[in-house]
Amino acid sequence: MQHQRIIDKHLEELKEKLLNMGAAVENVLQLAIKSLVQRDVELARKVIETDKLIDDAEIDIDRFCIETLALYQPAAHDLRFVIAAAKITPILERIADHSTSIAEATVRISKAPVMKDYLNIPSAAQKAGEMLKNALQALTSEDAELAREIIKKDKEIDLDYKITFDGLLKQIIENPQITTTAAQLLFVAKHLERIGDYIKDICELTVYMKEAVFIKHHGENKV
Amino acid sequence: MEYSEIIRKRKREDFIFNVIGIFCTLVGIVTLGALIVDLVMDGFQKLNWQFFTSYPSRFADKAGILSAWVGTLLVMLVTAVTAVPLGVAAGVYLEEYARRNWLTSLIEINIANLAGVPSIVYGLMALGLLVYQLQLGQSILTGGITLAFLILPIVIVSTREALRTIPQGIREAALALGSTNWQVVRHHLLPYATGGILTGVIIALSRAIGETAPLVTIGALTFIAFLPPSPIQSEPPYISFDWIWSPFSVLPIQMFNWVSRPDRDFAVNAAGAGLALITATLSLNAAAIFIRYRMRKKITW
Amino acid sequence: MDSFSERETLATEKIKAEVRRLNFYYGSKQALKNINLRFAENKVTAIIGPSGCGKSTLLRCLNRIHDLYPDIRYEGEIILYPSLINIISPKVDPLEMRMRVGMVFQKPTVFPKSIFENVAFGLRLQGEKSKSVIEGKVEKALKMAFLWEEVKDRLHRSAYDLSGGQQQRLCIARVLATRPEILLFDEPTSALDPTATAKIEELIVSLKEKITVIIVTHNMQQAARISDYTAFMYLGELIEFDRTAKIFQNPSEKLTEDYITGNFG
Repeated sequence: MQHQRIIDKHLEELKEKLLNMGAAVENVLQLAIKSLVQRDVELARKVIETDKLIDDAEIDIDRFCIETLALYQPAAHDLRFVIAAAKITPILERIADHSTSIAEATVRISKAPVMKDYLNIPSAAQKAGEMLKNALQALTSEDAELAREIIKKDKEIDLDYKITFDGLLKQIIENPQITTTAAQLLFVAKHLERIGDYIKDICELTVYMKEAVFIKHHGENKV
Repeated sequence: MEYSEIIRKRKREDFIFNVIGIFCTLVGIVTLGALIVDLVMDGFQKLNWQFFTSYPSRFADKAGILSAWVGTLLVMLVTAVTAVPLGVAAGVYLEEYARRNWLTSLIEINIANLAGVPSIVYGLMALGLLVYQLQLGQSILTGGITLAFLILPIVIVSTREALRTIPQGIREAALALGSTNWQVVRHHLLPYATGGILTGVIIALSRAIGETAPLVTIGALTFIAFLPPSPIQSEPPYISFDWIWSPFSVLPIQMFNWVSRPDRDFAVNAAGAGLALITATLSLNAAAIFIRYRMRKKITW
Repeated sequence: MDSFSERETLATEKIKAEVRRLNFYYGSKQALKNINLRFAENKVTAIIGPSGCGKSTLLRCLNRIHDLYPDIRYEGEIILYPSLINIISPKVDPLEMRMRVGMVFQKPTVFPKSIFENVAFGLRLQGEKSKSVIEGKVEKALKMAFLWEEVKDRLHRSAYDLSGGQQQRLCIARVLATRPEILLFDEPTSALDPTATAKIEELIVSLKEKITVIIVTHNMQQAARISDYTAFMYLGELIEFDRTAKIFQNPSEKLTEDYITGNFG
C-alpha cells in the first residue's frame, strides 16, 4: 500500500534528526583531527564550542523518541528503529565528546615541543572518519551487510592504537622532553580507539534494526 | 443409568413432539386446502366471461357478479384513498412527532384496542354518524369510509412498525446535516418505510375486502342490477365523482345472498363468487409478500 | 483545572470555539459540570475518558443534537468564533448550528440511496439546485474524504455496496460537502477493523488543514496518534486539558495518569 501512515511523517523526521546529528558528529571528528595535526588552536576551540550543539541535539532526539513511543505506539520495524535511534543518539554524543577531548589535547600541546610525527594517529583518525560516515550510511539505508563490514574494520583501528602506543612509549624513552606531548597523544590514540568501538556499537544497532538480532557480545563469528 | 439409555429416552421425547407438531400443522393446512378444493370443485364451472359480466338474476344460470365486483373494487378504492393518508399520517405523527406522555400512551392503547373491535360495531357507528348525521346515504362513499375506519388501526400500527425498523442513527444523521423533522420524514423515513407500509396497507385491504357485517349494517344492497355512474365521462370535465353516491353491493354480500336461497343452483353461484373473492385476497397477500421480499433485498439495516 | 495553564497551552492558537461554564442536564441529572474548554482552529482536539464521563454529551452540545430529545437543559455558553454566536442560546436555531457544525457518528449512517445522493443530500438541504454545482461539490467532498478513487465509477450504485470503512468515509464526505466550520467525530472507528480505522485516522489528520476537528474516542492510542490537544473528562467534569504530547508523557493530574496507564477504578 502506498498510503502514508500517520507515524511515517514522524519516523522520517526522526531519521532526519538522527542524520543531521550524525553529520555534525562526523564533522566534529574531522575538524578535531585536523586541528591536532595542523596545530590549529583556533579550530580546536571551535570544535569545543560545537559540542554544546550536539548535546542539545541529543536531548532533542531523546525527547522525540519518547514522544514517538508515547503517541504513535510503533511496532515491529518501526519500534526497532525508534529504539535503535534512542540508543544511537548517546553513542554519537560520546563520539563527539571524544572528539572534543582530542581538540582539548590540541590546545594543551600547542605550547609543548613538536613531535616529529604522529605515528598512526592520522591513519586511525582517517579510518574512524570513514567508518563513521559509512556507519551512518548503513544506518539510513538499513544496510546490515555494510554494517557488518564496518564492524570488522574496528580491528584495524585497534591495531593502529597498538602501533601508536608502542611508538609513543619508545619516543618517550628516547627523548623524555616530549613526554607531555606524547602523553596527550596517547590519550588521543585512546580516544580514537574508543570512537572505533562506538561506531561498532552503532553498526550493531543497525543490524538489530534491520534483522532484529543482537550481535553484540557474541564475538566475531556472529558478525 | 447408561448414557445411551438417557439419550434414547430423550430422543424418543423429541420424536413424539415432532409427530404432534406435524399433526397440528396439518390440521390447519388440510382444512384450508379442503375448503379451497371444495370451493373450486363447486365454483370453477361458473368462472367464465358471462359470470363476470352479468348482473344478479332470479335465474341462477343467468346470474353474475358484475355489480358485486365493481362495487367491491370501488369501495376498496374509497377505503384505500381514505385509510392510507389518514393512517400513515397518524402513524408518522405518533412515531416521529408526538412527545412521550400519558396522552400519547392513551392514544396508543386506544388504537391497539380499536383493532380488536368487532367489525359490526364499526357498521353501527357508521350508520349513526355517516348515514344519519352526515347524510352521506347508503352509498359507496359511506361503505368505503366505514371499511377505512375498520382498517385504520392496522395501517397506523404497520406504519409505526415500519418506521421503527429504521435505525435511530439515520434520523440523527439526517438531522445533524440540518434537516427539519419534515425533511427527515419526507426524504428518508417515508421512502425507507414505503415497503413496510404498503405491505401493511395491502394486508389491511385484504381483510376489508371480505367484510360483510358492517356493510350490511349501513345498508348495502343485496340485489342490485345496475352499475354506478362511470368515473370517466365523454364530455368535459371528463371525470365524475357521482359514483361515490351510488348504492352498491359487494362480493361477500352477493355470496351471502345466494347462499341463503333454497335453490341448489345458487349455491354454485355462491361458490363461484367465493372463488373470485378468495383469488382477490390471495393475490393481495401475494403482492404484499412480493413487496416485502423486494424491500428486504433493497434495504437491510 | 487550572485555567491559567490552559491559557498558556493555547497561547499561540487561534480559537474556533469556547465552552464557558457549561452545565448540561438530562431531566434532573446533571451530565456536565462547569466545563470550560477552548478548541483551537485547524487542530484536532480529542476528548477522552471512561464511559459515562460526559465526553459524548459535551460533543453533542456543540451541534445541538441534544435538542432532538425532551427534558434537556443547557446552562452557560459555547461561543463560536469568529461569528461570536452562542451555539446553545435558545435564540439560535439548532438547524443553523447543525449546518455549521457537522457530525460523524459511531456507526456509519449511510442513507439507503446511491453514493452520489448520500453526499448530495446535505447540499440539497442547503437549497443548492444546480446539477453541475452539486456534481462538482460531491466530487470535491469525496476527494477530501479519500473516497473518490474507489467510487468514481459507481457513484450511482447503492451506498450499501460499500465496506464499513468506505461507508464511514462516505459519511465524512457527506458532512464535508456542506463545508461546516467544525467537524465532530463521535467514536468514528469503534465499529471498524484496524485497516479501516487507520485510513479514517489518516483522513482526520489530513482534514485539519481545512477544518477544526473535535473527536470523542474510547481509544486512547487513537487520541494520542491523531490529536494535537487532549481533554480528559471524568464524571461530567473536565479534569485536564493540554497538548496531547504532554498528556501522554507527563499528565498533571493523578486521575489522568491513572486513566491513560490503565490504572483506573
